[in-house]
Amino acid sequence: MSNQDYYVPHGTYWPIIGSIGVSTLFVGFANQMHGVEWGGSVMGLGMAIIVFMLFGWLGTVVNESVNGMYNKQVDKSFRWGMSWFIFSEVMFFAAFFGALFYARILSVPWLGGADNNMFSGATEALETSKYIWEGFQATWPLINTPGAVGQSGVEFSSGFKLVDTWGLPALNTGLLLTSGVTLTYAHHALRKGHRNALVFWMLATIALGAAFLGFQIAEYGHAYHDGLKLTSGIYGSTFYLLTGFHGFHVTIGVIMLTVILYRIQKGHFDSDNHFAFEGVAWYWHFVDVVWLGLFVFVYWI
Amino acid sequence: MSYTAAHDDHHGPEKGLLRWVKTTNHKDIGSLYMWFAFAMLLIGGAFAMGIRAELLQPGLQLMDPQFFNQLTTMHGLIMVFGAIMPAFVGLGNWLIPMMVGAPDMALPRMNNWSFWILPFAGGILLSTFFMEGGAPAFGWTFYAPLSTTFAPDSTDFFIFAVHLLGFSSIMGAINIIATVLNMRAPEMRLMDMPLFVWTWLITSFLLIGAMPVLAGAVTMMLTDRNFGTAFFDATGGGDPVMFQHIFWFFGHPEVYIMILPAFGVVSHIIPTFARKPLFGYSSMVYATASIAFLSYIVWAHHMFLTGMPVAGELYFMYATMLIAVPTGVKVFNWVATMWKGSMTFETPMLWALSFVFLFTIGGFSGLMLGIAPADIQYHDTYFVVAHFHYVLVTGALWSIIAATFYWLPKWCGNMYNEKLAKFHFWWAMISVNVLFFPQHFLGLAGMPRRIPDYSLQFADFNYISSIGAFSFGLSFILLTYIVIDCIRNGTPSEARPWDSAKGLEWTLPSPAPYHSFNTPPARAVILEESQHS
Repeated sequence: MSNQDYYVPHGTYWPIIGSIGVSTLFVGFANQMHGVEWGGSVMGLGMAIIVFMLFGWLGTVVNESVNGMYNKQVDKSFRWGMSWFIFSEVMFFAAFFGALFYARILSVPWLGGADNNMFSGATEALETSKYIWEGFQATWPLINTPGAVGQSGVEFSSGFKLVDTWGLPALNTGLLLTSGVTLTYAHHALRKGHRNALVFWMLATIALGAAFLGFQIAEYGHAYHDGLKLTSGIYGSTFYLLTGFHGFHVTIGVIMLTVILYRIQKGHFDSDNHFAFEGVAWYWHFVDVVWLGLFVFVYWI
Repeated sequence: MSYTAAHDDHHGPEKGLLRWVKTTNHKDIGSLYMWFAFAMLLIGGAFAMGIRAELLQPGLQLMDPQFFNQLTTMHGLIMVFGAIMPAFVGLGNWLIPMMVGAPDMALPRMNNWSFWILPFAGGILLSTFFMEGGAPAFGWTFYAPLSTTFAPDSTDFFIFAVHLLGFSSIMGAINIIATVLNMRAPEMRLMDMPLFVWTWLITSFLLIGAMPVLAGAVTMMLTDRNFGTAFFDATGGGDPVMFQHIFWFFGHPEVYIMILPAFGVVSHIIPTFARKPLFGYSSMVYATASIAFLSYIVWAHHMFLTGMPVAGELYFMYATMLIAVPTGVKVFNWVATMWKGSMTFETPMLWALSFVFLFTIGGFSGLMLGIAPADIQYHDTYFVVAHFHYVLVTGALWSIIAATFYWLPKWCGNMYNEKLAKFHFWWAMISVNVLFFPQHFLGLAGMPRRIPDYSLQFADFNYISSIGAFSFGLSFILLTYIVIDCIRNGTPSEARPWDSAKGLEWTLPSPAPYHSFNTPPARAVILEESQHS
């Protein structure tokens, strides 16, 4: 083997541009939250730098790939990288699912006076809880928060109406599961070199993803109208952070699928060499699986 | 496998300072990590000097309690996220490609980004000192509601700094996994890999599993602080104790993130200077994996006093005790490696040997803390402070210094001044014990941690501890001199400066070439250099 068999890239400015972008975004965001006038504009600037970086960095990688500079080893490094990145995302969602389960199974019942000691044999509610929030009922979904006003002074939006599981959420489940199937058809079409079918199934996947997002926004609108807000105590907190981060990931997924469609049109992929397609497909399936967890544990049971 | 090379820098680095900004080379990036970590070590150390100066005598002398709390908080954060973790990633960057017979890391551009996020994160974190309300003052564990309801605005900057540090660690871990699994010389099997590579591979899985959970925790803090959610607020049905569960689900793997690579380093140095192969290579690998697995399921032993069902207390106590088994295997193997060896005591060996002694002290005090009924006495006292400084300073930091002396000839091509380095070792080793050992007694007598003032009966041991701290702090000036002197004026080193050192890195000339291995080493060389031969 000679030196040429390993791929080692040039020096690059993109990472430092990325760091500047992300830092600008965060500093702007923090100032925005603190009511500083220029916060929002600095956030926008940071976002713009990040988008510029993404175009530049990924553009370089795409060019190198198209020019055949990558070998099987580079391809495999990308695969390892993408799969463990997705695993880190799984763990990020796990933190929020963990919060949901902890609240449902442990802390909300404790607030209602449930005994936390399985060895004590107590059957009645503990007295302690009665003295803090008289008459608080521990239920899930927790429609009425123990106190009306939070420690930081926020007024909780209690007494909200729940989202109907078998309305938009069920429809969205259908859309997202179908999009997983259409994406697999697209992959089969790519492997067999059926270009028209590939484009058709990609368009279908993107349309299903976009429809999902549209319905999700509509659902948020209804929920807010019915009083289920970010400030609806622990239920609203877990509901919006889980579904919100999922929606954000679907958005990223739709953007990535669109980029892949554009690259298909440019003829970047062939039947055995299309890691970018597969990486995005893995990501899309991951988003799909997270949704199933959400549908079951947030909307359904 | 035919394609054209994309680079014009086969033979060496670019000229000028921008080289360091643009670099995709694992050695450049490793050096950046190491120097950044060292700078942060000095800054975090300066905070520690402030803390010990205030604690030299009872009464408030130098600062108000709020500022004292800022110092303890930032000392912990800077040392954990700024010094120890980046130093290990730096060592990993420098050593792993050489040890697995690769030219560089698998994802070199991302490697650059995982470093170049750090100075920004560190800058944002340190800038909180100059904000209204001061830096975060809630301790490095940032428990809610101290960090949510009662914290200054600067906390939001702290949150974003933690996000950035998390991105960096996750990217670093992904890169190391891809490098070890995909760039390894084709003839090197997994069970031929040196232990530093094994421990770092396993550490990477801890990082990828734990850091995103930390990101989740600070995100919940952010929305609780700014957007009216109630994750950690019982009035809204949340629970402040839930914060501790999520934090320690990250926090316990985190402490193994900071010690597993140290185990790897020591497993290289002891065989070299005992002139014997490592005892029990495969049991070392399995012990590392067992420790990593257990580290995910013991987190609530940090929370024995915060309110948990008794069944939970018992489970977490027994699971914690279990970690002593694989850790005991490791200590046994290090000792057995030295048994009947022809030992010499060059500087890296002194650091590694004292690591075994002092880390074990920290391990035993950890075992004491892990006993739920006993922990009621020790919890949140100086005993805890003594415990985690024995594992992090004389454990993690010790191994980083040991590694620096051991591999410095390979990095810069020069030998350090052995006499001065030995003198520095004894200085640091004695003073670190003067610094931390009395803290065990303070804790057992009931002195709480994170307190700027204390009762008179704690005065003597605090005085001794502070004197040890100042001496230990000063020793780093000498360390800086020894390292810089070695780089600039050291005598040129051979390719293998330690006569029984094993490992592919020693087959390369000193200093190592810019791209480590252009052709993967052959099976015979790999076997000759493996730790189990």
